[in-house]
Parts: sequence; structure tokens; C-alpha cells
Amino acid sequence: MVPLNYYLILSAVVFAIGVIGVLIRRNFIVILMSIELMLNAVNLTFIAFSRFLGSMEGQVIVFFVMAVAAAEAVVGLGIIIAVFRHRQTLDPSEMQLLKW
Amino acid sequence: MIVDIGIIALKAFLVVFMVLNLAGILGWVERKGSALIQDRIGANRASIFGFAGMGLVNTLVADPLKFLTKEDFIPAAGDKFLHTLAPCMAFFPALVTFAVIPFGDVLVMGDRVINLQVANINVGILYIFAMASLGVYGTVIGAWASNNKFSLLGGVRGSAQMISYEVAMGLSVIGILMVYGTLELQEIARTQGELLWGWLPRWGIFLQPLAFLLFFVAAVAETKRIPFDLPEGESELVAGYHVEYSGGKFLMFFAGEFAEIVTAAGLVTTLFFGGWQVPYLMRDGFHFPWGGVWLMQQWAVALLQVVAFTVKVVFFCWLQISLRWTVPRFRYDQVMRLGWKMMLPLALLNVAITGIVIIALQ
Amino acid sequence: MAPALILFFVLAALLVITSLMVVFQRNVVHSALSLVAALFLIAMFFIMLHAPMVGVLQILIYAGAIMVLFLFVIMLLNPVALERRRGVWWGFGTVAALILGGLLIAVMTGTEPPPDPMAATELFGSPEMLAKSLFSDFVLPFEIASILLLVAIVGAVVLAKREH
Repeated sequence: MVPLNYYLILSAVVFAIGVIGVLIRRNFIVILMSIELMLNAVNLTFIAFSRFLGSMEGQVIVFFVMAVAAAEAVVGLGIIIAVFRHRQTLDPSEMQLLKW
Repeated sequence: MIVDIGIIALKAFLVVFMVLNLAGILGWVERKGSALIQDRIGANRASIFGFAGMGLVNTLVADPLKFLTKEDFIPAAGDKFLHTLAPCMAFFPALVTFAVIPFGDVLVMGDRVINLQVANINVGILYIFAMASLGVYGTVIGAWASNNKFSLLGGVRGSAQMISYEVAMGLSVIGILMVYGTLELQEIARTQGELLWGWLPRWGIFLQPLAFLLFFVAAVAETKRIPFDLPEGESELVAGYHVEYSGGKFLMFFAGEFAEIVTAAGLVTTLFFGGWQVPYLMRDGFHFPWGGVWLMQQWAVALLQVVAFTVKVVFFCWLQISLRWTVPRFRYDQVMRLGWKMMLPLALLNVAITGIVIIALQ
Repeated sequence: MAPALILFFVLAALLVITSLMVVFQRNVVHSALSLVAALFLIAMFFIMLHAPMVGVLQILIYAGAIMVLFLFVIMLLNPVALERRRGVWWGFGTVAALILGGLLIAVMTGTEPPPDPMAATELFGSPEMLAKSLFSDFVLPFEIASILLLVAIVGAVVLAKREH
């Protein structure tokens, strides 16, 4: 039986790696992918707790997190496509200023 | 413990062996069968010591040798790692899906009851859809790694087609779920042995005919066979997303396609045609509805069930292959319109009607 | 060591490696494929934790649909320009994230661990149990989630349409 702490440490590590991705990379798509990585780390925590506390609620919450993540990825990518058409770049530092 | 693992390994080996062999034989059926349909002779030149075996030697010996010994080149500006990875990703779902398809009921050996299915997981049908959705990656990555505009176009069209028909496939199976009440494929196959009105086995085709049509069409579209073959048969110009593949990698794409035919046939059999069920055959023998009973040994029953499963799978493979040589291919906008505007509403209608009928019959 | 523990460590090492590859690969397509591998590994963890339904849904939705969408967009936009390295930000970002990770680990392992879990019943994590919770206690979030997905579909179509 793998102890709960191992799962929690693993998901904290993956979450931190996702945060590194969001802070460091200058490519919108990779930033979105790092956000997905963070969401998955949180899902892992939920499922681990659900197993160790014996309640199904953690799995239901993960179900909803997946649905919301799908919706968010879709809209995020739509925004990226729309912005790319105008600015021809995926670098977030190019998009700091509003159009004057 | 060791014996358990050994039995599972043996079952897995048998399933993979059967799928790969059937895929090879289907290659032969395709060449000779298409020749028969088109009133020509087909491949018959390759022979070993004068034995040409109706084209068997050609397809099963000469072709693989030719593919494997061809030069394997990767486009200079393409992505080397992805170019090699793509055929593997295309081949993987076809084999893995067969892990949950039951090919028999049980085999009782001494005091050990062996379930004739490689893995009995409680989310069987969802697992199949999960693996089928991974099949898109072979197309997408293959197209991208070739660094070729035609290839990319074929790949994008192919993957768009595949994800559209995944939706229709999933929705059409919901009717089956509602009728049989379980996601496990072995349970579905077993429930199809019960008799409706005393004489008709509860096969999916009798309970859900519309779902069968939708699922079959969607499965053919998923495997990108004709009539949905535009992504790869853009041989109006080039061969779509596998234009830059030669030799062993093309063989993997090809074999993956035939393995997917076998998998689609296996799924249709299990969900709609009773899987391994022979009508009126229970675990200890035949129980006819008019009262006759014919008792058989358990191993004979198991053997009969496996043979019945194989016959049904082979029939649906043959059906898909003869479908290929009979109908023309759809244009791309026709494919999309069929998937989204016709099959999706029909699948939803099927779910609604099934729900109403189930409530009305309670 | 118990086989479960060995399996856990192997999968955990693979997961950390693939997530590092997601973040630090130059080529966006390689990043996306590493993310697919990471999602697959997380689904394996779910199945290890007696959540087969959620695990298979993870492969079906995340690895099978969302990542395909990512790959589509990457292929469509075809970003070839590599980003210039900004040394200072890389250092600060990594340090900040490591501090965050350390904080999380300290908080999560500092509390009392729950008592040993009882053996999972046959039905735990199965579709029946998930559906029972979903359609009785959580039916309102369920309906809201379906409306949310509809809104997302409409929003994506509107955003990505070409203006004629």
C-alpha cells in the first residue's frame, strides 16, 4: 500500500513544474499546456484523497475539473488563434499593450 | 499466482497472434477478393518452387519481404523522432483494444474457471473508446513529421474525420448501454444469450438496429476505409498522410489499418451479434426452445463458442473489405456533413427512442 | 519492496521526467507529445488508486480529445520562431516555483495522515458509484457543466471564425 504522502509529494512536484512552465516560457501554447499539467496534478491529489478517505466525492470533483479544463482549453486555444491572426506571434510579451 | 499470470499472458499472446494473422490474411483477401469483384486475376506471379497458392505466397511472403527490405528514408527537413513514432502510434490502438473483447464464455479446467477475455475491466466500452481516440495521433503525427503540405492536408482531414465519427460512435453505443445496463463486454455478451419471447436471442441487432447501422458506418469511418478514405486515398494526387513513408513504416500503417478492421469487426460482433454466443447454447449444452436438450462437454462448448466468435469476426471483416471495392469514396464535405448533420442527430434520436421504450416496457 | 511501491516509483519518475520535458523542450510538438505521455501516466495512477472510471475518462477526454486539439492548433499556426532565452526570468521563475513546491510539500506532509484506508469495495470507483453520486448529490453542477460546455463550443466557434 503506497502511503498517501507519496502521492501528495508527487503531485506537489508536478504542480511546481507546471508553475515553472507558466512563469518561464514565452510561448502561449506551452503556457496553456503547463496550466493543464497543474490541473492534472490537482486531480491526482483529489483522487488520492478520495481513495484514502473512502469517499466518492473526490472522483466526482475530478470529473467536473476535467469538464471545466476541456472547456477552458477550447476557449483558450480559440483566443490564441484569434490573437495569432492579428499579431502573427505567440509570444505573450508582445501582447502586453492594448491597441491604442 | 504464477499460474494466473501465465494464463493471462497466454490469452494475450493468443489474441495478438490471432489479430495479426487475421490482418495478414485480410491483405490476401483484399487483393484476391478485389480481383474477383473486378473480374481480373490479381497478384499471382510470386511463387516458391512453382507453388503460387492463389496469391497467398505473393501477399504473405513476397509483400512483407519487399516492405521490410526497402530503403527507409526520413524526409530531410522532417522530424526524425516523430517520423518513426507515428506508425507505432497508429498500430498501438488496434491491438490494445482487443484486450477487452471476449472471445468465449468460460473454460473450466479442474477447479479453475478461466474467463476467455484478456482483461475484464469494469469500464470495458469506455476503454475501447479511449483507445480508439488515441488512434488519431498516428495520423496527426505522421502528417506533421513528413514536412509535406499534401501530407499535412491529408492528416488534418483524416484526424478531423476521425474525431467527428468518434462522437457518433460513442453516442450510438449509449443505446446498447441502456438496453444491457452494463459497461463490461463479457456481461453484454452473456446477457445476449437470454431469450426474448422464448425463442429470439437478445442480440443487439434485434434490440438496436439503428444503433448497429450507425456504429458500423462510424467504425468504417474511424478506420479510414473506403468510402471514407479521402485522407489517405488522395491518390487523386498523392497518398495523403503516408506519402513520405516507405518500407517497414508503411507496412506498420498498412498492418495497423487491417488490424483496425479486425478490431471493428470484433466490436460489432460483441455488441450487436452476441459475441461468442451460439443461439440456444448454454454452458452445459444446447437448450432448444422446443424443449430439446443436447448436453455437451464444457470444453466442447467453449470451443464452439470460440469458433462462432471467429466466424462472425471473419464475416464482418469480409463485409468491410467487399464494401471497399463496391462503393465510391465520399468527398470531404460530404463526410463531414454525414458525420455531424445526419449521424449525430440520428444517434441522439436512437437514445431518446430507447429511453422511451424502456420506460414504456416497465 | 512491494510490487505496488516499485510500480509507483517507476511511474512517478516517468511522470516527473515527462513533465520536465513538457516545460523545457524547444519544439512545441515535442512538448505536446510529452504532455500526452504525462496524461497517460496520470491515468495509470488513477487506475492504481481504484478510480478506473475517472482514469479511462482521463485518457478519453484529456489525452484523446484535448491534446488532439492542441496538436491541431500547433499544426495550424505553425510556430517556427524559437523564443530568445531571458536568463534572469528563467532563474527567478524556477526559484519561485521551487519555493512553491517546497511550501506545498511542507504543508501537505506536515499534517496528520488519515488512518489506513479500508480495503476498497468492489464497487468503489466503478461507473455505478460515480453515477450514483453524480446524479443525486451533484446533479446541479452536472447540469451547469453541460451548459458550460455548450458555451465553450459556441465561444470557440465564434472566436476562431474568419471574418469575411
